[in-house]
Amino acid sequence: MTSLFEEITETDEEVPVRRVTITVNGRKRTADIEPRLLLAHLLRQGLKLTGTHTGCDTTNCGACTVLFDGQPIKSCTMLAVQADGHEVTTVEGLASSEQLSPVQEGFKEEHGLQCGFCTPGMMVAATALLAENPDPTEDEVRFALSGNLCRCTGYQNIVKAVLWAARRTRGEA
Amino acid sequence: MTTTAEPASTTGPTRPDPLDEIKIGGMGASRRRVEDNRFIRGKGNYIDDIVLPGMLHMEILRSPVAHARIRSIDASKAWDIPGVRLVLTGEMMASRNLAWMPTLSYDTQAVLATDKVRFQGQEVAAVIADDPYIAKDACEAIVVDYEPLPVVVNPEQAMAPDAPIIRDDKLNQPDNTCFTWEVGDKAGTDRAFEQADLVSKISCHYPRTHPSPLECCGSIADFDRATQKLTVYMTTQAPHIVRAAVALIAELPEHMIRIVSPDLGGGFGNKVPVYPGYVISILASILTERPVKWIEDRTGNLISTGFGRDVYLDGEIALRKDGRILGVRMTTTSDHGAFFADAQPSKFKIGLMHSAFAAYDIPYAHLDAHGVYTNKAPGGVAYRCSFRVTEAMFFQERMIQAAADDLGMDQAEFRRINLVKDDDFPHRTPYGFLTDSGQYEKCLQVAMDAIGYDEFRREQAEARKRGRLLGLGISTMTEPLGAGNSREYDILGIKMFDSAELRVHLSGKAILRTGAKTQGQGHETTWAQIVTHELGLPADDVVVEEGDTDTAPFGMGTYASRSTPVAGAAVAMAARKVRAKARKIAAYLLEVSEEDIEWELGRFHVRSAPERGVTIQECAMAAYANMPDGLEPGLEATAYYDPPNLTWPFAAYICTVEVDPQTGVWDVLRFVAVDDCGVRINPMVVEGQIMGGLTEAYAMSSMQFITFDADGNCIGSNFMDFLLPTAWETPGYELHEVVTPCPHHPLGAKGIGECATVAGPAAFVNAVLDALKPFGVRNIDMPLLPDRVYEAITQRHDVSGHPPIRTDN
Repeated sequence: MTSLFEEITETDEEVPVRRVTITVNGRKRTADIEPRLLLAHLLRQGLKLTGTHTGCDTTNCGACTVLFDGQPIKSCTMLAVQADGHEVTTVEGLASSEQLSPVQEGFKEEHGLQCGFCTPGMMVAATALLAENPDPTEDEVRFALSGNLCRCTGYQNIVKAVLWAARRTRGEA
Repeated sequence: MTTTAEPASTTGPTRPDPLDEIKIGGMGASRRRVEDNRFIRGKGNYIDDIVLPGMLHMEILRSPVAHARIRSIDASKAWDIPGVRLVLTGEMMASRNLAWMPTLSYDTQAVLATDKVRFQGQEVAAVIADDPYIAKDACEAIVVDYEPLPVVVNPEQAMAPDAPIIRDDKLNQPDNTCFTWEVGDKAGTDRAFEQADLVSKISCHYPRTHPSPLECCGSIADFDRATQKLTVYMTTQAPHIVRAAVALIAELPEHMIRIVSPDLGGGFGNKVPVYPGYVISILASILTERPVKWIEDRTGNLISTGFGRDVYLDGEIALRKDGRILGVRMTTTSDHGAFFADAQPSKFKIGLMHSAFAAYDIPYAHLDAHGVYTNKAPGGVAYRCSFRVTEAMFFQERMIQAAADDLGMDQAEFRRINLVKDDDFPHRTPYGFLTDSGQYEKCLQVAMDAIGYDEFRREQAEARKRGRLLGLGISTMTEPLGAGNSREYDILGIKMFDSAELRVHLSGKAILRTGAKTQGQGHETTWAQIVTHELGLPADDVVVEEGDTDTAPFGMGTYASRSTPVAGAAVAMAARKVRAKARKIAAYLLEVSEEDIEWELGRFHVRSAPERGVTIQECAMAAYANMPDGLEPGLEATAYYDPPNLTWPFAAYICTVEVDPQTGVWDVLRFVAVDDCGVRINPMVVEGQIMGGLTEAYAMSSMQFITFDADGNCIGSNFMDFLLPTAWETPGYELHEVVTPCPHHPLGAKGIGECATVAGPAAFVNAVLDALKPFGVRNIDMPLLPDRVYEAITQRHDVSGHPPIRTDN
């Protein structure tokens, strides 16, 4: 891939650069990056995967949640170089080209989103929960999503969406 | 979903089955949202997702102190950093007459500080660089020499005789008064108080808070030297107001300005004002001749953009022994920060605070409002609020609770005695509004039945004997949603109507554009449902577009729950114009006169022969391919809707809580919400709005606020200090509905977006204070943090939330 921002010209030589290889949504991607570059920014600007959002810069809101070797992490406070050699899944990796994932379907079916800004992080966190616990209780869902903020929905429909996805995955919905 | 594509009934002998409106996604259908298709794939198009060729990145340097004179700014080290293209300071803005800009409340606001900084976080300089990391580096390299000045953090301090004058930039500003304003019948109110058996008093503070949508503000300004056209992608809830403001501020011709509001990651009023960052990015693009992107960080958002609330109340109710309210007196003191930048209709200095007590039958009321300048961020936005009605209804319901307690009356009974009766509409409120409709007692009864009112009261009394603190809080209110009418409501002189433009294509598919701007409310879904209701086109055949001033009709945008009351009405009216034209075409196709045509959903038929008819789709085709002589081709209409009145939804909320006397922590046991917002276009979306609003209400009553230390440092400048509830803390809600159609709205609908945020806080707070009744506590200011509740329980006194004043110098 090309360098992160389109017009880094004069500065190229002076900035230390490190090569990283990260498997993103199942595809190996290699980039030459500044060591201080945040993973969220590499995903968004470098790889054009803009579904991963940044909302708070301090690991509180969870809009930037991605799966890191299968575990949900906040990509706004992880350096991209720390992801070297690891696997990252973003919201763009949840669906196959023709089929939405049960979590994605559940969010639409149960009106689990309004402005949509927290949604990618919520769905990624929910996906991680269901991978670990295919039949969670409401409390377990609420606890698993407590690292993700939503300002629109009041969470009730998000919880319903995740429970819907769990039922769908188990073949009950 | 399929269209009724039967052959034209002119050739068929039988009448087709009537369309099922719910099946084709019309009014009343809980239609799944069309916008979700992109959002759940991570394919939304938010401001930070937009990348233009050659784009530069802007970062703002903010003041670390709340009040100081700027001695000097040295930006030389910033200029030296490779990749820096431009550094802007107040002086450079001033040379282009852009150092100050007008606010939406006829005050001025600094774009980049020239003389002084007046609040922590104020914009001091801006760097434009090749990437945002370089821009941030360069901001850190700018050296500003500040001479500290005494800081004012609350109104009491602001109005002290020796207070430093914050707005010394203004002529004729001898003190920190921002405005004084009054409304109501003072003499009548004074008489009512003379006749009272009892006067109930309460003082409280609605703390400063912040809408904090999950997406911060941002803009990408793109000035094209060749065409002289300025395009600005911008996080705005009101793109046309911004276009007008930019035309005035930057003195650019309005037709050469295009404002595009892309997908918004929430707004809640935060994205109504014009912020310095937008203006600076515009100038930066003009100077660099490159697109310039500014994306605010969370701290910038919390410490500099439009806050909500920050009002102090002294309230009094004149009561008769039998429970009737004779009169109400309210004195409010509001803290507007350093610049009076409230986003509200021009005529009303403290918004619609005087909508208080609209739900109650009260003859007299008077409001005295004082606004002051302090060393805090400006804004005063309608945070999920119709211009200060959130404060109005909170104060009202706190006053009502205190009055009932003072009378020794049951909370529900006291409300029932004073609520406006069903046959009393339209009703003139004590401050002069005219409410339109409602079934207030029924709503209250539904809520009481749902919560099991009498049983809970028994349980509460039993629990008290065992030292358990249970409480029940009621909040009943009606609020004015959907400004205009244009006689009374304007912003910067522009009347508060709204608009819709509907184009039906020849194949019967359509595009609808409105002057509103969705930010999560689901306009792309619900507006199409209105077209379906009016025309019988399946909702899936109608695409909705908003937010681009080059294509959308002029409208005032989305805030203050005005979308459905105003733009939604405009959609219905535009669709009706289309139907009126289609009727002429139908008459021609059916070879009868227009008077002999009847409309059923999606189809015109001959009155005497219902089997002879044409569908709306056939009319659309004929409008382009087979129109009658003398009729203008095409099937399009534009409607500008000026509402005759505001809409008045009603809410009756009951919350039960248990307070832990050992820790001051309180838990919500149950929350019952009964909303009457008239006819519901999409019940699923309405319920989503209510649950979201209730959660913001819960947030404000339990944890979410912005305060300041004595030096004017903002406490709550990031999500570690500015607490928002997660799924774990947020209670569940039980929703109920009552439907009283709005008599003057074309669809019978009323606003709903903010009702829960407006009525909700009082239900939570009243519940906690009801639980603390045995301790003689009358008030704890929001948020009801455990330490405040604990202090009230153990010290048996009220707890104030006023920001502290420095006493050591």
